[in-house]
Amino acid sequence: MSGFMGHEPDGKPGQPKTVKEWVFTLDHKVIGVWYLIGSIASFVVAGLAATAMRIELGSVGPDITDNGDIYNLWLTMHGAVMILGFQIPALLGFVANWAVPIMVGGKDMAFPRVNAMSVWLLWSGILLALLNLVIPDSYNGMWTGYPPYSLTDAVGNTALYSSVVIILGMSSVFGAVNLACTVAFMRCKGMGWFQMPLTVWCVFTANVIQLIFVPVLAASVLLLSMDKYLGFGFYNPEVGGDVLLYQNLFWFYSHPAVYVILLPFMGILFEIFAVSARNDVFNYKATVWATIAFIPVSSDVWVHHAYVAGLPDWLRLLQTFTTLLISLPFGLLMLSLTGTMYRGAIRYTGPMWWAVGAFFMLIIGALTGIPNALSAIDYGISDSYVIMSHFHYVMAVSGGMAIFAGVFFWFPKLTGRMCNSFMTKLTAAGFFIGMNIVMGPLYFAGMEGMPRRYMDYQMYADNATIVSAQHWSTIGIYITFVSALLMIVVWLHGAIAGEKATSANPWGSQSLEFTATAIIPGQGNFPTPVSVPEGWHPYNFIDNPKPEFEPHPGHTGGHH
Amino acid sequence: MKFKSLMHKVMAAMLALPLIPSLAHAFQAAPARRADYNGWTPHEHWDAVWHETMLDITVLGVVFAIITIAFMVMYVRKGHGERGKLPSLTNQAKIGWVVIPCMLFLGDDLFLYVKGFDLHNHYREVPTNAVEVKLTGSMWNWNYVDVNGIDSDNELVVKQGTPVVLRMVSDDVLHSHYMTRYRVTEDLMPGRITWQWFMPDQLGESVATCREYCGTQHSGMYGKIIVKSAADYDAYVAEQTASVPSVTGVAKAATAADQI
Ligand code: HEM
Ligand SMILES: [Cu+2]
Ligand SMILES: [Cu+2]
Repeated sequence: MSGFMGHEPDGKPGQPKTVKEWVFTLDHKVIGVWYLIGSIASFVVAGLAATAMRIELGSVGPDITDNGDIYNLWLTMHGAVMILGFQIPALLGFVANWAVPIMVGGKDMAFPRVNAMSVWLLWSGILLALLNLVIPDSYNGMWTGYPPYSLTDAVGNTALYSSVVIILGMSSVFGAVNLACTVAFMRCKGMGWFQMPLTVWCVFTANVIQLIFVPVLAASVLLLSMDKYLGFGFYNPEVGGDVLLYQNLFWFYSHPAVYVILLPFMGILFEIFAVSARNDVFNYKATVWATIAFIPVSSDVWVHHAYVAGLPDWLRLLQTFTTLLISLPFGLLMLSLTGTMYRGAIRYTGPMWWAVGAFFMLIIGALTGIPNALSAIDYGISDSYVIMSHFHYVMAVSGGMAIFAGVFFWFPKLTGRMCNSFMTKLTAAGFFIGMNIVMGPLYFAGMEGMPRRYMDYQMYADNATIVSAQHWSTIGIYITFVSALLMIVVWLHGAIAGEKATSANPWGSQSLEFTATAIIPGQGNFPTPVSVPEGWHPYNFIDNPKPEFEPHPGHTGGHH
Repeated sequence: MKFKSLMHKVMAAMLALPLIPSLAHAFQAAPARRADYNGWTPHEHWDAVWHETMLDITVLGVVFAIITIAFMVMYVRKGHGERGKLPSLTNQAKIGWVVIPCMLFLGDDLFLYVKGFDLHNHYREVPTNAVEVKLTGSMWNWNYVDVNGIDSDNELVVKQGTPVVLRMVSDDVLHSHYMTRYRVTEDLMPGRITWQWFMPDQLGESVATCREYCGTQHSGMYGKIIVKSAADYDAYVAEQTASVPSVTGVAKAATAADQI
């Protein structure tokens, strides 16, 4: 059987050697690394924007700029690049590409060429988005792009926004089809659906969500550019259009999109928790079903982003209820994360420090979501810092920490080297403490009324809570900034001069990317096609049967 | 055999227990409260529900965090070869660990939903004695026109104790009118009319800000809500209507009424 790339899998250390090989690669692992580089680069750009905003917000009145357009450009770049450039590519790009095919015992993604196209589209999208920082009519309509503002001249280049979203959307859809096929058809012999690691399940479900909802987003932003440049009137009330149509379409995608981020990063947490505690995942099958339940549950709650948008009262009340129902599958996932600790044998490795940080941020983030679900509570805190603080806890910080945990976890498999363990833990602690100082006080500022997307808050200058919250938050960003910077230094140091990994399985995982590959998995991932025997399970740390390999084609009858 | 199936029924019934408090609350409290909401204004009602919700999530969070931290401390790996000993679950236990937590979550959801439902209705049922004010948002200005024809930018004067309903529309892009003290937000948009009401219960000033991103000066778009006593308010109206030529005032009020 010939390999997808026209050569046999040989399992030899298979990092490309020339620049050409790196760029035109079809190997899912190299493509995964490209996703990771794009994602971390996006995190740096958007993080710098966040730092600038925080410094500006540190006190009442101008600190580093008095120009609203500049702040709005930072904020637009921050939101869009963090979500579309950092988190989604890290999870549905890096984790989906690098880890998932090996975890299911496949030798590559189902369609390696489509895969290469997805990552090329991602990079085009990111570069196009960065152009926004230098073009004269830069787009400042936020990542949400609500009309009618996004149809005005004041917003800048709406076409750029539509194009970036559509290009990244295409990248996601190609990636999603590819990943779904990989999980469905590339699993190795013996691996049943309920023997897949939870990371695989979570990435798989997230991609199903992408497949269903991304087209709606693409359509909604396409109509935006058609309105603005071609004179259509979908969102223009003067010619019978409706501005609310956009909000419905946009959130019909963008609420499910939060699970596209949440599920895979929880998948990473499951992996690291189980491996660190050397414990079975608590109630594995129920956890899988809870993951799947997110698909229907997430599809019917988008109105909670538009409780104050003049939609009918019955719809607000109905979706208040459906929104609260999210607590059922989500609660089960949290329960099983904690349950995985029960009677475990926990070792606090570097990745585990990051994962634990993510987990506690997730508790805060999830619980602060409950009040927001009530339409009537939202009347008091809609578009305030309460919301800002909540979604940073639940998505930005928790998700970010889980992603970084994943990078540290798979780092030895990417580079063959280990990151400095002490520094990994130190940066985890610094990031965790820093982000709590950034986002904690802002929750209280939000309760006092501080609105989102404000470059200044002169109307609240005599409100001591808001002023001191903003002040402390800006102090927190320095701690976060230094920790994030150090983290990147730790990676670079690890990749270049880190201690060489002595084992292919440094954390003691049972999953195939650790147990069945070389220190750096080679071309085709496994020396020869792998299979898992009956009774094998990725979370059985006690008496798991070993994965088996087909005899090498060169040797005949060499059974042992 | 018989005894066992009885036991199953008892257990099934117990699963529904968490639902009882919220259902009881829904039936017992609703009609009485809807009549007068305990004499609360919507923003006092909001504060009460907010505090209950905060208490609810704090208790949940603390309990959950304590359990997790306890596990994390108790089950640290001792020997090099130690493995986790999570007991394997029977099929009943697997189902139980789904159904029982789900019922507890659902019970809490319903409990909060009922409170939210009540509060929602409080916000969305305008008292019959409310006076109307027309509010037009534009980049970056709030324009209020009241029933007396008083037309002012970024300042609304109202009478203590008389509920006010704002009928709102936007001239250009989306805006959102949030009154800090009255805890109420609603968007303004072109092509649709939206509304919100509030009860000015205390003398003094409070801030109204814009909560929907509307461009460069979004954070500069705010006004004042000023509450005056009945006597002061009447004096204010007399003064304003005397200085403003009454024809325009009436015309403006008429346009306001037309558009509503
Ligand atoms: C690294 C530390 C971070 C800091 C200090 C930070 C800070 C901020 C600040 C100050 C704002 C603007 C508040 C406003 O004016 O309304 C903001 C908005 C936002 N942030 Fe972050 N953030 C961080 C990380 C992230 C991450 C990792 C994400 C990932 C998804 C993220 C997603 C967002 C989004 C979606 C918005 C809203 C944008 C909008 O209003 O359109 N942030 N953040
Ligand atoms: Cu949502
Ligand atoms: Cu605004």
